[in-house]
Amino acid sequence: MADDELDLNSLSDPDLVNQMHDDLYDGLADEIVEGTNILLARGWDAQRVLNDALVEGMRIVGIDFRDGILFVPEVLLAANSMKAGMEVLRPLLAETGAQTIGKVVIGTVKGDIHDIGKNLVAMMLEGAGFEVINLGINTDADEFIAALDEHKPDILGMSALLTTTMPYMKVVIDALKEKNIRDDYIVMVGGAPLNEEFGQAIGADAYCRDAAVATETAEALVLARRLTGGEEQ
Amino acid sequence: MSDESDRLLVIACGALAREVLDVVRLNSLGWVDVECLPATLHNTPDLIPAAVEARLDAAEERYRSVFVGYADCGTGGLLDRLLEARGVSRLPGAHCYEFYATGPGFSDLHDREPGTFYLTDFLAHHFDRLVWAGLGLDRWPDLRDTYFGNYRRLVYLSQVPTPDLIERARAAAHRLGLSFEQRHTGYGDLASTLVDVTRRVPA
Repeated sequence: MADDELDLNSLSDPDLVNQMHDDLYDGLADEIVEGTNILLARGWDAQRVLNDALVEGMRIVGIDFRDGILFVPEVLLAANSMKAGMEVLRPLLAETGAQTIGKVVIGTVKGDIHDIGKNLVAMMLEGAGFEVINLGINTDADEFIAALDEHKPDILGMSALLTTTMPYMKVVIDALKEKNIRDDYIVMVGGAPLNEEFGQAIGADAYCRDAAVATETAEALVLARRLTGGEEQ
Repeated sequence: MSDESDRLLVIACGALAREVLDVVRLNSLGWVDVECLPATLHNTPDLIPAAVEARLDAAEERYRSVFVGYADCGTGGLLDRLLEARGVSRLPGAHCYEFYATGPGFSDLHDREPGTFYLTDFLAHHFDRLVWAGLGLDRWPDLRDTYFGNYRRLVYLSQVPTPDLIERARAAAHRLGLSFEQRHTGYGDLASTLVDVTRRVPA
């Protein structure tokens, strides 16, 4: 009923942000776009909308996914809603020249066409302030290395969903070692069949079990690298 | 009444129940008992090791020989870690698709088109419940391309195909927006592995 519809414009800023967290949780993309535009019209800068409304809302979604309260479809709907909000914010963020906290080259490895988790990680990293170069799916070692040469990122992120394709991550890491550039990058890996032990065995710097952990880990590792002077770019 | 300690227990995925029982019957493996776990675990592979472990615990007193009718099934090696610790073996490969198509056959299929979604007899029959509803597509059909946008074809690896199953598989491909192909595999490595394992247990 029309009478039951909530007028987002009528909400105070804190109430609107809370409502946007709920709308993100419920995967309501149109409402997220509307809320984003309202906050911008009220003078919020794009970075604040991104952090307080979208990223924080997605963080809550991530926690409930981890705890088994939400499942993959609900997370996808929430992610699509966040993506819709980010499409409004992205040009504004670029306009204001918001400083990025690091650069990430990310892709799904050769032989694997699964990108849902990888795209979620890419979006959360972008939301956290990283510049993300997303290479897509079925990416071989040469493509990863060419992207590293071109973009000089802080982080290389690799994803795989299949037990048959996850060993290819080691092929990429070995190729980096062969070129003597392995230590130029933080290497993070993720994907449903991976685990901590696998990440260590192939020589990655970190295994991340979900997008929230990937974001926290990326922030921590980039900061640590800068503090220890490991950054070359 | 037979002494169960001399029998072999196969703890299998529910998606293999009919096929495992068929192999047992067709090869007259009268000393083999079969227990199945819910096929819905297919959608939550992280729960498989604990479910198998519970069945192994329950079988410990009764059976000297146990075999696990799962492949890795997306457990990322966690099932293997459990089985190694318990001295139990399992079906070969990463998934049922792999042991049905056999190792080299499956590699060939995957290498030729990584964007392949596989169905077996079981999955073709239960596509609506396990795949369509399992992925939430019954409630949010718009998510179809988010899940399957990178897929190009659906290959139905058939065990005992019927016109109904073939039609179900073809309809599934259509609903997912994929091209359709049928490959008849029979029971593939499932049969040879089970027969081999049961021969090691005295009848």
